[in-house]
Amino acid sequence: MQRFILSRKNQITIISAILIATGFISALGFKNETVAVWALGIASVLGLAPIAIQAYQALRVKVVSIDVLVTIAVLGAFVIKNFEESAIVTFLFLFGAFLEQRTLNKTRSAIKELTEMAPESALKQMPNGEFEEVDVDEVDVGDVLLVKTGAKIPVDGTVLSGEGSINEASITGESLPVSKEKSSTVFAGSILDNGTIQIVADRVGEDTTFGKIIELVEEAQDSKSEAERFIDRFSKYYTPVVLLIGLLVWVFSRNLELAITILVLGCPGALVIGVPVSNVAGIGNGARNGVLLKGSEVIGDFSRLDIMVFDKTGTLTVGNPSVSEKAYYGDEIEEALGYLASVERESDHPLAKAVLEEIGDTTFSPVENTEVVKSGGITATVDGHRVAVGNVALMEREGVLLSEQANADIDRFEKNGNSLVLTSVDGELKVLMGVRDQIRPGVKEDLSRLKRLSVKNLVMLSGDNQGTVDAVSRELGLTEAHGNMLPEEKSAYIKKLIEEKKQIVAFVGDGVNDSPSLALAHIGIAMGSGTDVAIETSDIVLMNSDFSRLPHALGLAKATARNMKQNIFIAVGVVLFLLASVFFSEWMNMSIGMLVHEASILVVILNGMRLLRYKLRKKPKQ
Amino acid sequence: MKKATIQLETLTCPSCVLKIEGATKALDGVDKESVKVLFNSSKVKLDFDEGRLSVEDIEKAITALGYEVKKSQVK
Repeated sequence: MQRFILSRKNQITIISAILIATGFISALGFKNETVAVWALGIASVLGLAPIAIQAYQALRVKVVSIDVLVTIAVLGAFVIKNFEESAIVTFLFLFGAFLEQRTLNKTRSAIKELTEMAPESALKQMPNGEFEEVDVDEVDVGDVLLVKTGAKIPVDGTVLSGEGSINEASITGESLPVSKEKSSTVFAGSILDNGTIQIVADRVGEDTTFGKIIELVEEAQDSKSEAERFIDRFSKYYTPVVLLIGLLVWVFSRNLELAITILVLGCPGALVIGVPVSNVAGIGNGARNGVLLKGSEVIGDFSRLDIMVFDKTGTLTVGNPSVSEKAYYGDEIEEALGYLASVERESDHPLAKAVLEEIGDTTFSPVENTEVVKSGGITATVDGHRVAVGNVALMEREGVLLSEQANADIDRFEKNGNSLVLTSVDGELKVLMGVRDQIRPGVKEDLSRLKRLSVKNLVMLSGDNQGTVDAVSRELGLTEAHGNMLPEEKSAYIKKLIEEKKQIVAFVGDGVNDSPSLALAHIGIAMGSGTDVAIETSDIVLMNSDFSRLPHALGLAKATARNMKQNIFIAVGVVLFLLASVFFSEWMNMSIGMLVHEASILVVILNGMRLLRYKLRKKPKQ
Repeated sequence: MKKATIQLETLTCPSCVLKIEGATKALDGVDKESVKVLFNSSKVKLDFDEGRLSVEDIEKAITALGYEVKKSQVK
């Protein structure tokens, strides 16, 4: 019976609306008071039924919920035979709940889209060798699974046989399909665009990368800030206090109507729902745009940020050094480049890779008498010529004379933040190359957007030499840049900012070797391409290592924090306004009070929904 | 101690959270500290002693409040 009534709340709402309309028409149009009283009376009883059931259930577990306040108020209205009020109040309460549900689902839609991408079933190999469809929960580590074209990869695993191309957008944000073959790794939640593969399960369920992302976002949307926990504690005592005040008013004033009006006006409606709504919409927007925000505490801290500290390599720069400038001296350059490539081919130095990539196709010659000169470079004999590849010190050791032009080039390349690779053939300088880690495309614009969002300081920390660091810093317009720093020095620097300068600090890193700094900063931001370390140690994850998501993340955090404050302001304002007007005005009654309450709940939900559409302005305001 | 994750129908009023919290915490064998009712994802997460009650008992307590249980998982 109880379940029947509760599951038909919507029908009850509609019937009660019709009855109320009938009541008013007959009272005002036909002056038929009897019909009106009956219609409104039935509407009240019908409407009260589901509310009273909920109130009873709440009381049974010792909770004074809003339903309890409304039920008592409506019963009070029956006693004073005010059926008009009781009918309207119950209707508004039910109709409000209906609208609340509809709009709340909207605010949660972004996160729902994400969780619905979770795989549900898998084709598992049974002991008889056949594949059978099973629920994804029944897959264990080590099981062999078959994935067909168009299907979701059910677990994190390794390809046993077959090949295909996989869309990994749900994990990395990368929309181009990635081709997979035997022993490639595949991720749960990604989609096999074409081909058929058999995989062995390495991690299942919540242990998969996708499972972790979902769990993180789900926990985040329900995580509570200090302010919210306060509201929770407050509302636990708030409703009983309202009930008590109503009772006292009745005892002392003997005015039942005033007492029940206070019960309705005192409903905490918008206050308890305002903050969670902003939170879920803000985090949902982030999830949709490749930014994982871990909860409302993070949003609050991030929105009040003072200083943002960046790791250089892999964060501001691509992390993949390449030749950015070069100069040739004298003749027979083709031959010199061939010798250079031949020597570098045998080295595993990071600069050698950049040099080889730059030269590309060339004629390789056999290399003999290779000698590695410590902090200098390499000397060798190639095709009977003596070839030296290395820095200026090596050239001096080899007795190579550097021309005025060469010296000028060397100075310029160094100033631009390059590491130098000089090549001499038979004691003559032939080639000068400047190798540099390239700045990520678009980073400069992203940083200036961060500045417009009023981040006061942008600081870069790096293990590279100060010259390189200064060059990058100048190009990007950073406030400060420090080179020659070990990982522990970076975290010490952040500790100093937090403890001595009392700043709110965010640290942005790739999450591989910066874990201490990520954990230490108020907000650790990982440039994660779906790696576990990044997801676990940080507070914010930028999916697919996409730096351009950072300004969006900051703008969104600020907008969400603002939205929460607006909602608290609206909710508190409405309650104060209602309580003031019941004492100082003539027109306030239960129905108007309920109407204003329900309206304020919808207003905070709609306000929260704006966050789903939040986008960072590309251009500054004029 | 087992860990249960119970997916409910969409929760819409924050006072539902209080009710479900109260009902599950009152059950004998449920670790009170572990009870977490997630409003936005409409889930209940808790630890319980399977020697003293089963996940069905917990589900029943929630259904008795008028909330539909969609799916539950015990680990």
